[in-house]
Amino acid sequence: MKILVAISNVPDTTTKIQFADGDTKFNSAGVTYIINPYDEWYALVRALELKEANLASKVTILHVGLPDSDATIRKGLALGADDAVRVDADAPDAYFVAEQIAAYAKANAYELVLVGKETINYNGASVGAMVAGIMDLPHISMATKMEVSGAKITAEHDVDGGSRVVECELPVVVSCAKGMAEQRIPNMRGIMAARTKPLAVVPAGGGSALTTVKSYSLNPGRTTCKMIGEDNMDELVQLLHTEAKVI
Amino acid sequence: MVLVYTEINKGRVKKASLECVNYAAHIAQAMGTSVTALVNNADAAQLEEIGKAGATKILSVKNDALNDDSMLLSAALEQAANTVGAKVIVFAFDLAGKAVAPRLAAKLKAGLVAGAVDYPVINGSSMDVKKNVFSGKASAVYTIHSEVKVISLLPNSFPVKLGENKSSVSDFSVDLSAVKSKLTVKEVKTTSSGGMVPLPEAELVVSAGRGLKGPENWGIIEDLAGSLGATTACSRPVSDMHWRPHHEHVGQTGIAIRPNLYIAVGISGAIQHLAGVNGSKTIVVINNDKEAPFFKSADYGVVGDAFTIVPKLTEAIKKFKANQN
Ligand SMILES: Cc1cc2nc3c(=O)[nH]c(=O)nc-3n(C[C@H](O)[C@H](O)[C@H](O)COP(=O)(O)OP(=O)(O)OC[C@H]3O[C@@H](n4cnc5c(N)ncnc54)[C@H](O)[C@@H]3O)c2cc1C
Ligand SMILES: Nc1ncnc2c1ncn2[C@@H]1O[C@H](COP(=O)(O)O)[C@@H](O)[C@H]1O
Repeated sequence: MKILVAISNVPDTTTKIQFADGDTKFNSAGVTYIINPYDEWYALVRALELKEANLASKVTILHVGLPDSDATIRKGLALGADDAVRVDADAPDAYFVAEQIAAYAKANAYELVLVGKETINYNGASVGAMVAGIMDLPHISMATKMEVSGAKITAEHDVDGGSRVVECELPVVVSCAKGMAEQRIPNMRGIMAARTKPLAVVPAGGGSALTTVKSYSLNPGRTTCKMIGEDNMDELVQLLHTEAKVI
Repeated sequence: MVLVYTEINKGRVKKASLECVNYAAHIAQAMGTSVTALVNNADAAQLEEIGKAGATKILSVKNDALNDDSMLLSAALEQAANTVGAKVIVFAFDLAGKAVAPRLAAKLKAGLVAGAVDYPVINGSSMDVKKNVFSGKASAVYTIHSEVKVISLLPNSFPVKLGENKSSVSDFSVDLSAVKSKLTVKEVKTTSSGGMVPLPEAELVVSAGRGLKGPENWGIIEDLAGSLGATTACSRPVSDMHWRPHHEHVGQTGIAIRPNLYIAVGISGAIQHLAGVNGSKTIVVINNDKEAPFFKSADYGVVGDAFTIVPKLTEAIKKFKANQN
């Protein structure tokens, strides 16, 4: 079984967010990029575990993006992926990305497509279900556990009010969340090996964006915090009632 | 036509679904059209409530398999969208909505804005919709260009309003014979929220972090939550160490919530924690370190030992509640 892991390239969680070009673009100057945490810690590491257990023959990472993402892709190779593909396009929206992932997975007969539950920059939580929709495959959202046996997977995933254990025939698309695996740190050997692993660059196939970003704005942070003495809890309750009007 | 997907959960129409019906009604009015809601396995009282929230028509489906597999639900919604000629389809941006809205959008080649926080602005054939990006640090206005548009609404963005509207209900039978579902549900595990409102829907949340020292100390947090009728939550290390169940974990890697009131006890306020809670309307921080970063993102702060402050706050709330009655 071959596994395709879709990874996104995102600003490090501690990045100070700024915009450029009249608030129409994210300002990437001086920003450190990382693999989207869900894609790395959960999707990719789980795929590698399956390969180490001889349940998968190959783990490929796929990214839709421009050459400046290559350093991030190499981090995925350093963790242990066999090879990587970059679809050479400035990912304009989730649908476009999903089309690229679906086309590559189909053309190359990947039986398990793993994505993260959401990206930490655009927070769409959309690509996985879109890929499954385009490929007409089942999709398991918010998966926290996944086991493979033969041509089937068993997964646990979060649903409203709890979780469900489901069984599904391959091929399938799985969106990965916390619980799936533990974060790994790439070792020196992995980092060295990553330099020579194949990273294929392929042109985007067809595809159309259905949405575009018109403008960005920073959300106003909280400016003042009213400090209340620890013996004045009645005052705090009154403020929550009359000023904040939340109780 | 504006189509809205509504859900029954634990015997009630989900609050997030009622918010969506209100939202859909607002859009329908701006477009000079009306709202059709699709609901599965609803009883008469639940149908009436969906009507009161503003649905003119309700397609009532009875099919137990539908909620087991997003492939089936998406197919049912696709048939409904085609039947009513939906131009806009509204979902809640909750676990169910995240599973089905993108799939349906891809099937219909409809642009999706996932996690809208405001009403769309209609510009001829396109629509501008605002959503949060960068984990709540910023917002972006997305333009949807496709003819059919899908919007999933971030829960708790608008209060629910129920009016006197009555809707016409028709039974809607979906034909799922063409859908080859390859998924079977083996087991359903219900997380007991101990009678509390489930965290994603909660308007009042009391959350605690590593400052509480150990799971045995959560009694004061539960008492405070109990006095308010609030739901309990926690920071990531607390769920990682199994002091609290993982469904209580809020933040970047946990769930994002936006209650009216978020009380954070013994939580430092790391950026990844804030990412899941900074949409809360009012934030109260209780921490013994006056330099804790969380105070910079709070509306009200109390510096001191949680073990003495929290019981005092609980008493003050009880007194307040008693005086109100
Ligand atoms: C990619 C990434 C994703 C992450 N995702 C999340 C996430 O989703 N959610 C999350 O929460 N974290 C997340 N984290 C972890 C985050 O960075 C912090 O480590 C974590 O939030 C800290 O938890 P805490 O505030 O409970 O503990 P601490 O940082 O240890 O803070 C404990 C606080 O309690 C206070 N305190 C101690 N004793 C008392 C007392 N007696 N009375 C009152 N106050 C007291 C201390 O002053 C301190 O401020 C993530 C990290 C990374 C790198
Ligand atoms: N540009 C991209 N290239 C490859 N995979 C992506 C890209 N963007 C998103 N994904 C995948 O889709 C998941 C969900 O993304 P989103 O729907 O944008 O929140 C991510 O966690 C990735 O696994």
